[in-house]
Amino acid sequence: MGQQVTVIAGNTMPAVKLQELNPEQVAESHERADLARRSLYYMALMREVEERIERRLYRQGKVVGGVYVGRGQEAIPVGSGLAARPSDMLFPSHRDLALYFIRGVAPRQVFAQYMGRAGGLTRGRDGNMHMGDLDRKLVAIISAMAASIPVAAGAAMAIKYQGRDDVAWVWFGDGATSRGDWHEGINLATVRKAPLVLICNNNQYAYSTPLSKQMACRNVADRAPGYGMPSVIVDGNDVLAVHDAAVKAAAHARAGLGPYLIECKTFRMTGHSAHDPADYVPKHLFEEWSELCPIRRMEKRILDQGWGSSAEIEEIHARIRRETDEAIEWAQNSPYPDASELLDGVYGS
Amino acid sequence: MPSTYVEAIREGIREEMERDANVFLLGEDIGIYGGAFKVTAGMLEQFGERRVVDTPISESAIVGAAIGASFMGLRPVAEIQFADFISCGFDQIVNYAAKCRYRWNAPAPIVVRAPCGGGIHGGPFHSQQNEAWFTHTPGLKVVLPATARDAKGLIKSAIRDNDPVIFFEHKALYRRVKDELPEGEYTVPIGKANVFREGKHISVITYSAMVHVAAEAAGRMEKEGVSVEIIDLRTLTPLDEETILASVRKTSKAIVLHEANLTGGFGGEIAARITEKAFEDLDGPVLRLAAPDTPVPYCPPLEEAYLPNADKLVEKLRWLARY
Ligand SMILES: Cc1ncc(C[n+]2csc(CCOP(=O)(O)OP(=O)(O)O)c2C)c(N)n1
Ligand SMILES: [Mg+2]
Repeated sequence: MGQQVTVIAGNTMPAVKLQELNPEQVAESHERADLARRSLYYMALMREVEERIERRLYRQGKVVGGVYVGRGQEAIPVGSGLAARPSDMLFPSHRDLALYFIRGVAPRQVFAQYMGRAGGLTRGRDGNMHMGDLDRKLVAIISAMAASIPVAAGAAMAIKYQGRDDVAWVWFGDGATSRGDWHEGINLATVRKAPLVLICNNNQYAYSTPLSKQMACRNVADRAPGYGMPSVIVDGNDVLAVHDAAVKAAAHARAGLGPYLIECKTFRMTGHSAHDPADYVPKHLFEEWSELCPIRRMEKRILDQGWGSSAEIEEIHARIRRETDEAIEWAQNSPYPDASELLDGVYGS
Repeated sequence: MPSTYVEAIREGIREEMERDANVFLLGEDIGIYGGAFKVTAGMLEQFGERRVVDTPISESAIVGAAIGASFMGLRPVAEIQFADFISCGFDQIVNYAAKCRYRWNAPAPIVVRAPCGGGIHGGPFHSQQNEAWFTHTPGLKVVLPATARDAKGLIKSAIRDNDPVIFFEHKALYRRVKDELPEGEYTVPIGKANVFREGKHISVITYSAMVHVAAEAAGRMEKEGVSVEIIDLRTLTPLDEETILASVRKTSKAIVLHEANLTGGFGGEIAARITEKAFEDLDGPVLRLAAPDTPVPYCPPLEEAYLPNADKLVEKLRWLARY
């Protein structure tokens, strides 16, 4: 398990310490402090919003249908999302809520989305994290796992076609890597040397299916050499480690060297969805991984490094609670879409 | 004790596995978890990992492997976690399985089980009633039980059938409908419709969860003096044309009802066959009630507006009764 920061390279590269890979990324201390505080804010915001959705609104019947959260995995969308440029195209998966916040989607829009209200990003037509906004360069997932990979490959090919140095980023779980779409999309992108960064949240389960029944190789990163693509394994509960790996991967892609895979080792600190008690997960795993909570680790690091005080940390949490309260209030007052809207928007003309 | 729809399917699968050692299950999360809807709960414990195979998230491989195993003499029953994801195994179903027998006389006796349908606020990707994707493909049998009794009898027939069967289980029925199941061994034949309710004035031809919508509407129409006959098709391909035509010849009016969206839905096929073969017996146009041509929306008011229901059917029945 990823107790310590285990940054090891994929099969095509020798094992190296990340800091050595990116001397330019070991930035001025105040830049690091700023990144740390922003990371903490987005991780804690994602945690709080999802707690409210899963543990309150869903249980109160105000959110219906499926609810999937990224509890314990917040460092992955946050670390990578903060490494992306605003002009990069993002393809989040179903445990990456923070990417929406990083791209400026307001918590109230997210609550309204989950409650099926007109104020949500899909106006009640779709639910939960099935949402996107092309203006913010956020692409909505469909449910079918890995379907985003070929689409992200296409976005990356278009970036190259247009002669820009942006990157397409796509997130997915360990289970998604079993789908043919995953393999087809990556193969196409690598052949075309498209600027694609692939970020796997390896939380060791896909619904009830443990990794051992998902793949016969040890790591998702081990799949990369077969496509002629570099990969790295990173501690997915260390937001700065994820960030640094993402910066490096994006630099690789922007330089025209093609796709790059980051495998973030983490753990799903919840059932698959809100209705799943996850009895099939050995209890001790939850206990061990709760010691590695990315939010508490970041707080400790901030204090240890002198990047902030406990008062400042408490202020971040207080601000999030305020924002969340207001957002829920707003969303609950957002009306449902009118049934007369049902037929709108199937076609553009 | 009455059995629910989900228990009936489980019972049917269990009996077939006990009867025939060649029957085995494969799919995602079907083992220790018992499947997303618990259809296979207890199967792993009873039959072990050899016969209850948890797969990676690989629908194409699930269907393809089922076909290959069937060539070896096994009787695979594949579960697709939601019918919506069957698209990920589409080629294996419509090009591989469906065409084996016709091309080179190699039967592919597989069953692909798929929980379908809306009404659970599942949104566009956990709600589709997508049987028409398959009824257009010759070589496949498409089965959609509406009752617990039929669900058990039909899953057993599907497993014994020598052709590929797509078996659509309606999610909203799993725990909502119950039947006292017949004692002992029984099957329900594929390709045979059921007169679910006898009536004199209008035939409602339907299947899957909509049978229960039709029953509710029929009860209401009875109070208005209109006697509605309900035909539960149970199987779409092969279609039991006889039962449909016999009913329409008796009542002289017909409404075809399905949950899938209207255009290209199976209702068009039924309406065409009735007008082709029973035109002289008709006293009114063959009507269709189906979902509108949109994806299945998520939020409750939109989903309610989307799904056919008894109110909408009553409206059509009244109109046709007056015609
Ligand atoms: C093609 C497809 N098959 C099945 C499902 C049902 N399903 C939803 S999420 C999931 C598990 C996904 O596991 P993983 O990719 O590891 O992501 P995680 O949920 O662990 O983040 C499954 C089987 C699906 N969404 N898509
Ligand atoms: Mg996973």
